[in-house]
Order: sequence, then structure tokens, then C-alpha cells
Amino acid sequence: MQEEVKNNNIQTAKAWKPKILAIFCNWCTYTASDLAGVSRLKYPATTRVVRIMCSGRLDPQFILTAFSEGADAILIGGCHPGDCHYATGNYKCLRRFHLIQKYMKQMNIEPERLRLEWISASEGKRLAEVIGEMTETITKLGQSKIKQQVANIEK
Amino acid sequence: MAVYWGAACGGCCVSVLDVHETLLTVIQHADLVFWPIALDTKYADVEAMEDKSIDLTLFNGAVRNSENEHMAHVLRAKSKILVAYGSCAHMGGIPGLANFSTKEELLSRVYDESPSTVNPDKVRPQHEYKVPEGTLEIPNFYEDVCMLDQIVDVDYYLPGCPPQTERLVEVFLAIVSGAQLPPKGSVIGVSERAQCEECTRIKSDNRSVDRFYRPWEIEDDGVSCFIDQGVICMGSATVGGCGVRCVKGNAPCRGCYGPVPGVTDMGAKIMSTIATALNAEDENDIIKAIDSIEDAAGTFYRFSLPASKIRRKIQ
Repeated sequence: MQEEVKNNNIQTAKAWKPKILAIFCNWCTYTASDLAGVSRLKYPATTRVVRIMCSGRLDPQFILTAFSEGADAILIGGCHPGDCHYATGNYKCLRRFHLIQKYMKQMNIEPERLRLEWISASEGKRLAEVIGEMTETITKLGQSKIKQQVANIEK
Repeated sequence: MAVYWGAACGGCCVSVLDVHETLLTVIQHADLVFWPIALDTKYADVEAMEDKSIDLTLFNGAVRNSENEHMAHVLRAKSKILVAYGSCAHMGGIPGLANFSTKEELLSRVYDESPSTVNPDKVRPQHEYKVPEGTLEIPNFYEDVCMLDQIVDVDYYLPGCPPQTERLVEVFLAIVSGAQLPPKGSVIGVSERAQCEECTRIKSDNRSVDRFYRPWEIEDDGVSCFIDQGVICMGSATVGGCGVRCVKGNAPCRGCYGPVPGVTDMGAKIMSTIATALNAEDENDIIKAIDSIEDAAGTFYRFSLPASKIRRKIQ
């Protein structure tokens, strides 16, 4: 019995799980993730969270760097439109998001790998849902091929 | 001194010729030992030279086939200083746009699909071909286009499409006069700031662009910033050094000089600027405005796709 549990654990450890980079704004989504934590909500441990002061700080270089270094997907979280702590940062983020999506289409990167969600400080539950959904989508989609293809120059 | 071209259009070699009478100063200081556009030195002659016997090699063009790669290795071994000369050697340049396609897509377009092609036997170039007289060989065509430093170690980068001839002369004279050279790996012949720093056009503080246009779709007022007028200009992500020649000629900057120091992916940086210039707030309006950008990736990475974070289309 004990051995069976051990084997199962090894198998779980070996199974591939998506690596999702989460870039959250300080005022809304990052606070929501704190709320999800203190509310003891369960969601898959697939995200690595980076806090930025505002979703308007999101530089497209962050996204491309994350993809080229092996992120399977990226989740951007900001305040709802109209609620930005700095008035218009989230609109800037939304415009960049759609332009990056256009670029990704040309580069043949699945659009599901980049997701933008407005999650306010009180929506810890929503945050857990979004991460759950995204983990499911990316698990179905499979591991990103970007890192490997960028590293290997084909002759 | 040697000048060599890989996958290039020949413009860089012409920019070397453009030194005009300064060429006399150049040959006063250096023997030109290898320069396919002007001299008849053979590859075998270069291969027979002693290692490190060439003081300075200007390598222009990207690396796209086995011949380019072979010569990159040979010239690296024979040269004391190897300079990636021009946008193609620096960042992949225009030939680098081929990284949006696979080798098969390119060959099938050229040998099967293009309207002027008649090729019923589906003939494709072969690396080796046997004829009664012996075996003929042509270089292997690679899947990916590379910039020079993805293949060999490069000492300096002198960007531009083509580099400004004045910059070349300055660099050349600095080398022959024994002046203190910048650290290895430096981009030379450029300023430290973006094109906008030198640009004389008037930029508004609050950009408010409804949609983007291609340069021929608008009547340029000749005074205000191209981005304010809804035309994509790469100036804000591109390092200065050319003297903003394109904008002075009323054409938006295309980014051939490469990124501003500190920028790792110039296409991503310009995406940031272009997207935030829009005034739309509603999601559908934003999508519509962004749809007005024709060939976004090709425009933003016109000269730098192989040098970018995601250097080719994912397959």
C-alpha cells in the first residue's frame, strides 16, 4: 500500500504541468491573489506571480522574454476598465494586449497562451477560477514549443 | 582588410565604395586582400592565408546557407577584428524576414507556385548533382536565417541599411590610427539615444490616433511626428547615428540601425509605443484600430526578426 502511494507520487512529480507566468497589477489583481490566499481558496499551483505597479507598466518585452525562456502561458491581471489606480493604465494594457495577440498570430503562437483578465481586489474567487480554467486550457494545449525552437538554429 | 557578403543585397559593399576619394586614404593604410564585389581573390586564396593575417574584416549580409557559414568561419579565423557590417550581419536584416516561412514554403513558392514559374517536373535545387564531367555542388539552403554572431564570435557591430559611409571612415581611421577601441561586442557608429532625440518633427504630449495608415494613405504635413499622424515610425525604438535621414526625407524610420541601448527586443518595444498611441477605449474599437496595421510583425521586425526573442515563426 505504502509503495503504491510512493509510486503514485513519483508519477505525479514526473507528469508535465503548465508553467504560467502571472503578471498582476499591485492595486487589484495582486491584492485579489492575497485575498484568495487568506480565504484559503484552492487553485492549481501552476502560476509564478510577478507584481507590477500597474498593468500599464506591462512591456511587451516581458511577454516575449517569458515565452522564449519557457513559459507555457502568461496571465495578465489588472483593474477593471475605469478603475485603474493611475486612471488609464489598464487601457494601455488592453491596447498592447491586442497588438501582441496580432503579433502572436503571425508567429503561429496559440492565442490561448496569453490571457488578460480584469480582476478587482475583492475578486479572490474569480482569480482562483481564472487560474483553474487557464491551467485546464493550457494542459489540453500542451507544452509550449517556443523555447526549444528559439534555442535550436536549424540548418 | 577584407570585405565579404553573405545573404545581402550588395548595398553594404556599395556603401564601402561610397567612401569615394577617401578610398585612397583607406588603401594607403591597408591592402584590400579580399572583396568579392571588386577583387578577384578566390575562396581558396583566403583559406590559404595565415590565421589572424587580416587586420579588419567587414562581414555584411546574413547567414542563410552553407557557403555563408563556411566563409564566416574562415574569415573569423583569418581576421584580427571581425565587424558585423550592416543590418543583415547585425540583426538578420531583410533576408531575416524569411524566418516567417519554412524552407519548404520558400522553395515551393519559388519553384512551384509563383505565376511566372513553369516547372512540370517539380525540379528543385539539389546540393549535389552528377553530370558526365563530375559532381556539381551548390551550397545547402538553411531552414533558418541567422545573424553573424549566431554563427561566429563577432568583435563589433556597425549597423545600418547600409551603414552611413562617414561612420565607416571614422571607425576605419580609429582602427588604423591605433586609437583606443571600444570594448569587444560594442555597437559602433551609433549615438546613445533614440532617433527621436535628433528628429526635428513636433511630437504631441497626448497622442490620440484613431487608426494606423500606410505612408501612402495620408498626406504628410511634413511637420508633426509620424506616429501622431497615424503612420508607424520605428524611431522611438531605434538608436540614432544615421542623422534621421529617412524622416528628413519625409519617410518614417524603419529601424535599420537597431535597438536603443537597454532594449532587448526592438519589435516588442515599438509594439508598446504604437499600441499606446491609440485613443480607443472600447475593446472592439481597439481591435478594429489594431486591424488597420498591415503585417504588424513584419513591420516591427523589418530588420531584426532573427535577433528577436522569438526569432522565427513557431512550427
